Amino acid sequence: MQSALLEMRNITKEFPGVKALDGVNLTVRHGTVHALMGENGAGKSTLMKCLFGIYHRDSGTVTLDGKQVEFKSAKEALENGVAMVHQELNQALTRSVQDNLWLGRYPKKFGIMVSESEMKKRTEEIFKTLNVSVNPKTIMSTLSVSQRQMVEIAKAVSYDSKIIVFDEPTSSLTETEVEHLFRIINMLRDKGCGIIYISHKMEEILRISDDVTIMRDGQWVATRPAAELTMDEIIKLMVGRELTNRFPPKTNKPEDVILDVQHIAGKYTRLKDATFQLRKGEILGIAGLDGSGRTEVLENLFGVMTREGGTITLHGKQIQNRTPGESIKNGFALLTEERRATGIFGIRDIKDNTVISSLKDYLIGGICLSDKKMREKTEWGIKAMHIKTPSQKTQIRSLSGGNQQKVIIARWLLTKPEVLLLDEPTRGIDVGAKYEIYQLIIDLANEGKGVIMVSSEMPELLGVCDRILVMSGGQVAGEVDAKNTSQEEILTLAAKYV
Amino acid sequence: MSNKSQELANRAQKLSSKQIGDTLLNNALIIIMILVAIYVAIKEPTFLSPRSLVNLLSLTAAYLPVALGIAGCIVLTGTDLSAGRAVGITACVAASLLQQSDLPTKMWPGIGTLPIPVVILIVVLLGAFIGAFNGFFVAKFKLHPFIVTLATQLILYTVLLLYVQMGNNNGMAISGLDEGYRNFVVGSPPILNFAGGSIQIPNYVLYSILLSVLMWFIWNKTTFGKNMFALGANEEAARVSGVNVFMTTIAVFALAGAMYGWAGFVESARIASNTANTGVNYELDAIAACVIGGVSFVGGIGKISGIIIGVIMLRLIFVALPLIGMDQNLQYAIKGGIILFACALDMRKYLVKK
Repeated sequence: MQSALLEMRNITKEFPGVKALDGVNLTVRHGTVHALMGENGAGKSTLMKCLFGIYHRDSGTVTLDGKQVEFKSAKEALENGVAMVHQELNQALTRSVQDNLWLGRYPKKFGIMVSESEMKKRTEEIFKTLNVSVNPKTIMSTLSVSQRQMVEIAKAVSYDSKIIVFDEPTSSLTETEVEHLFRIINMLRDKGCGIIYISHKMEEILRISDDVTIMRDGQWVATRPAAELTMDEIIKLMVGRELTNRFPPKTNKPEDVILDVQHIAGKYTRLKDATFQLRKGEILGIAGLDGSGRTEVLENLFGVMTREGGTITLHGKQIQNRTPGESIKNGFALLTEERRATGIFGIRDIKDNTVISSLKDYLIGGICLSDKKMREKTEWGIKAMHIKTPSQKTQIRSLSGGNQQKVIIARWLLTKPEVLLLDEPTRGIDVGAKYEIYQLIIDLANEGKGVIMVSSEMPELLGVCDRILVMSGGQVAGEVDAKNTSQEEILTLAAKYV
Repeated sequence: MSNKSQELANRAQKLSSKQIGDTLLNNALIIIMILVAIYVAIKEPTFLSPRSLVNLLSLTAAYLPVALGIAGCIVLTGTDLSAGRAVGITACVAASLLQQSDLPTKMWPGIGTLPIPVVILIVVLLGAFIGAFNGFFVAKFKLHPFIVTLATQLILYTVLLLYVQMGNNNGMAISGLDEGYRNFVVGSPPILNFAGGSIQIPNYVLYSILLSVLMWFIWNKTTFGKNMFALGANEEAARVSGVNVFMTTIAVFALAGAMYGWAGFVESARIASNTANTGVNYELDAIAACVIGGVSFVGGIGKISGIIIGVIMLRLIFVALPLIGMDQNLQYAIKGGIILFACALDMRKYLVKK
């Protein structure tokens, strides 16, 4: 049994009206990967922020390598060997890789000049140990998300970090990139580092971690060796109740074809050719690696991206869908991938966020919006989607990810769409809320709507969809029946045109 | 048990005192301004005389339309630096079309004095055109409104300098305005005459009230208003939600321009003698008023009532301070200080606390 490298004891943190952390314990041993799990809002991020001094804990102690520490800032934590690889990468995108890596501690020459050559040499050394092939002079913004993440890991390594925290590191990585990440994590573990790994993905957790700590509602629930846990047990501990099925029963029955898409392609994007059909009451999944053109299919169809060639036929009538406005009129709705960037109006309240796409329905005399009608429809949304919110006047950004997603789904349902395009509908949403979203999707199909759903989580596609379209290199690589396929078959197709 | 309830009580107290502190801090600027006003009123009681108050009201009404227009641009996380020059050009156009018909130095002797509604239409459309021009460049080329309107401001100044050279005017101040026009703007209906006619509330105060109601309606009760706020809060989300980003942006700027046009129409009659410098720097006062009134540069946030309060507060300071003998040269420093202070307080509200 390795000794404790980091020990957090009895950490308590209170915000006005909420006890965010209540006597939480976390012990990370030398040379192990420690998974931290819990639903959104369980307090994982708050705990980490207390470790890094971004929040000040109200009580409790933190011991690092036998010494009590109290970091005042993330920088101080970093200098003492505690680093974090963030879920949302905060990097200077217009600067080079090496500039980002050595930011704040550039190697100097002659006392005042930054030594570019020294910086390049040291960067290359670190990249070599991590088996990363990126030119240190490359501009950050030209890198893929996974490469940018590698730079962040390299930065942590360059500080000789003893503790490295990974916050949802795989949420936007492909399978091969995940493998690479895991190799690096294993290497860091063998060097004796303590890794704290935060993720929602059970399969990953069970594969990579040695210990698992589970939190619920700001409280410590359990810490156990990963080898002794099963997926069902973790879920049970996380939600505090038995969750027998991860997916609701599939009750929808696909009927006749309503949408026929022939050879659409993007003018400026990597979508080369997509042809498929969608039936009434059907859930069509779109699988593929990151960058395979999954998102582009939906955004192209919805008129967010410029289309070049191809035809779209709805109910036997050819339509154009040149702009989102036109697509909405034609009965389409698009739930975007990046909820915060392109979904919510963070600063506005629930009501404004709900009614924005269906404003025409609330007009009196053609010009005046009826507050009463808007309130009624918002109330309908809150009830029908089970949105947990104090009131309609609450700013949407103060809700949890799952509830924000439900508000946006309500927004689209109010436009009475026939075809729903859902891009990563459960990204960053906790297990309990995921189930509700799946149920919603199946209910929508039951009501006779056609649903097209993009997801990077294979089990989700297999569990919810009827058919799955596999994209690869901007083209359709194949189409499989969700009932008679396997993850392996989909992965093989996904690699077809790479 | 008693210990625990004691602790709870303490916590409740700490919480509420913190909330009170926050409320005070968020409204600190307005509180300070009211304190200044009270101080001035004590030192110099004439500040609260009806004449002085009507003066305050009139100045507020005169500066309000520009602030109401520019606020829309700020809601879109933009700004409009061309507002002052747009007021200048519409003021000069209004004045030149409404000079007394028998004036020897009349700028356009050939056209007589046009009907007032026609001139209003002309200047409002002219203002809207200037705004739409700004909006087009912002929407089409994704330029920051700061740059676009800076350029427009310069272009408009040249247009204005050339315009006052035209006709019979030769660069002189455009004055000798038609009496009907003057009355329409600065005249006062009998019901708004007090103290035997010695105190009169001018017509343009009424117009500004109507304008505020109209803008309130547009902002809160129309699809355009909702779209504007959505666009200011998150442009990409607005686009995906079916908002026509291009047209909405242009419309917001055009509406702002129409407001400058109206402001020009009023200013022209109020000042009575218009030069190429009419309206200069009006945008700065308007932006300051918006910021004081809580129209945030964060985007997607703002209220008409806030803008009105902002304009009143700013005018209050400039009416009150000279009464207690403040050096006129100090006013710019005070204005600058107010803008900084207001913005800092505003950002404090929207920053995520850590």
